[in-house]
Amino acid sequence: VSIWGRTAIAGAFEHPTRFAPDKTAYQLHAESARGALEDAGLGVRDVDGFFTSGVGPIGILSLAGHLNLRPRYVDSQAIGGSSFVSHCLHAAAAIAAGLCEVALVTYGSTAASERFAIGTGGGFGGDPPDNFESPFGPTIVGSYALVAQRHMHEYGTTSEQLAEIAVTMRRHASLNPEAKYREPITVEDVLASRMISSPLHLLDCCMISDGAGALVLTSLERARDLRRPPVVILGGAEALRHAEVGTRDLIDVAAAQSGPLALERAGIRHADVDVCLVYDSYTITVLVTLEALGFCRRGEGGAFVGGGRIGLGGALPVNPDGGGLSSNHPGMRGIFLVIEAVRQLRGACGPRQVAGAGLALVHGTGGMLGQRHSGVTLVVGKA
Amino acid sequence: MAEKPYKKPLPRIDEESRGFWEALGRHELYLQRCRKCGLLRYYPRALCPACLSDATEWLRASGRGTVYSFTVTHQNQAPGFREELPYVLALVELAEGVRVMTNIVGAAPEQVRIGMAVEVVFEDVTPEITLAKWKPAAGS
Repeated sequence: VSIWGRTAIAGAFEHPTRFAPDKTAYQLHAESARGALEDAGLGVRDVDGFFTSGVGPIGILSLAGHLNLRPRYVDSQAIGGSSFVSHCLHAAAAIAAGLCEVALVTYGSTAASERFAIGTGGGFGGDPPDNFESPFGPTIVGSYALVAQRHMHEYGTTSEQLAEIAVTMRRHASLNPEAKYREPITVEDVLASRMISSPLHLLDCCMISDGAGALVLTSLERARDLRRPPVVILGGAEALRHAEVGTRDLIDVAAAQSGPLALERAGIRHADVDVCLVYDSYTITVLVTLEALGFCRRGEGGAFVGGGRIGLGGALPVNPDGGGLSSNHPGMRGIFLVIEAVRQLRGACGPRQVAGAGLALVHGTGGMLGQRHSGVTLVVGKA
Repeated sequence: MAEKPYKKPLPRIDEESRGFWEALGRHELYLQRCRKCGLLRYYPRALCPACLSDATEWLRASGRGTVYSFTVTHQNQAPGFREELPYVLALVELAEGVRVMTNIVGAAPEQVRIGMAVEVVFEDVTPEITLAKWKPAAGS
């Protein structure tokens, strides 16, 4: 039995907050659940599948209690910011298999109001590999910087080319009334911003905001009778990359495995993709992800992201909402990639709408790109 | 000179990696190799990830390598690191072929380059723990 084309996203809600010192993360989850269920035209009692992450090891139990859910299918996938993209994939499989009918995915975080230093805090997970890394002071941004430095070395990629990605995201954010940073920036502004972990400058890095969102998935059949036009799950795949006993090629990221498989499962080609939602934790994340997904060849990403190609009106618009670089980044941004894909496919994005968007490719990256990370690709389209 | 308290995270020596840390304490760098399939591996662990054999031998590394990638860290709020900014986080490719996360020391951060020849230097950070860091190779 195939999963693809049988399930749909019926409800989507991005919480408008970017700073919520007066709210708890659980409240943001609940408000987002309400928003997505209202969007779908369903009630909380319809939910029989529950998916969340970023709430601690068994936090899904507490959150399910807070929301008073009694699901018959649960998944608290924990592979970093891509977890919520993974939830959609898993929900599609679960719904297609008859394990649940209405899946609710929620995310909420008050990272900014709690002043949580996500990218440049220390931290020692205590897992075996941490023993061989943490003593030397890797930060999250440092892990991505290792990939950027290597990419520059192998292919002559420049800081200007990386900066072009940040400039494009900001231009998109200027069209999104909910984006946190909307003032246009230039390549020179990016290069003049302070160095955080070379070669990544402050403006090569995503922000830290508060934020939340939720999605509701169900069978395509049921979704057709609901309030909104369904957005169909057409294909998807996951992958992990890690140090590989000390032999990993830093440019070989998880998207190189999950991307082609997701396209194959969806039965589409790169040229079919109208809009791309790529986790932009850092500018380098976008560049290597687009290469790995196969939109250009390895090493060509620097040239590919220039000339307006990834901007609105370009051949492959990426992150029309402004992404984590300019719209919001509460720590684990994957859910917003899917939400923006849904909004684009509904054609309701106003000045940032990709004209005629019928097919979207989403790719979430989670974890530390230079050490160990996850990649989840999802292909979604209009019914 | 009074000892400064060491604030950075310390590795936890466990049964899978004890031999590695004990060798570092003697200022020797050892890698594991699978006796069954011959795979050289880093970091140390009990079973070979290629063939799942637990027949393991220790191989003394030459202590020579090159910088595979690096980043000059200008921001890290963690105790121990924030006092030492900027510092160089790097992946060094050992002459034996495996890549290890480490710090480049004994060089100004702006002098570090990918491909630069480096050699191991042992830093006794506490009475129990020695870390392998890397510095520009003599004569390079």
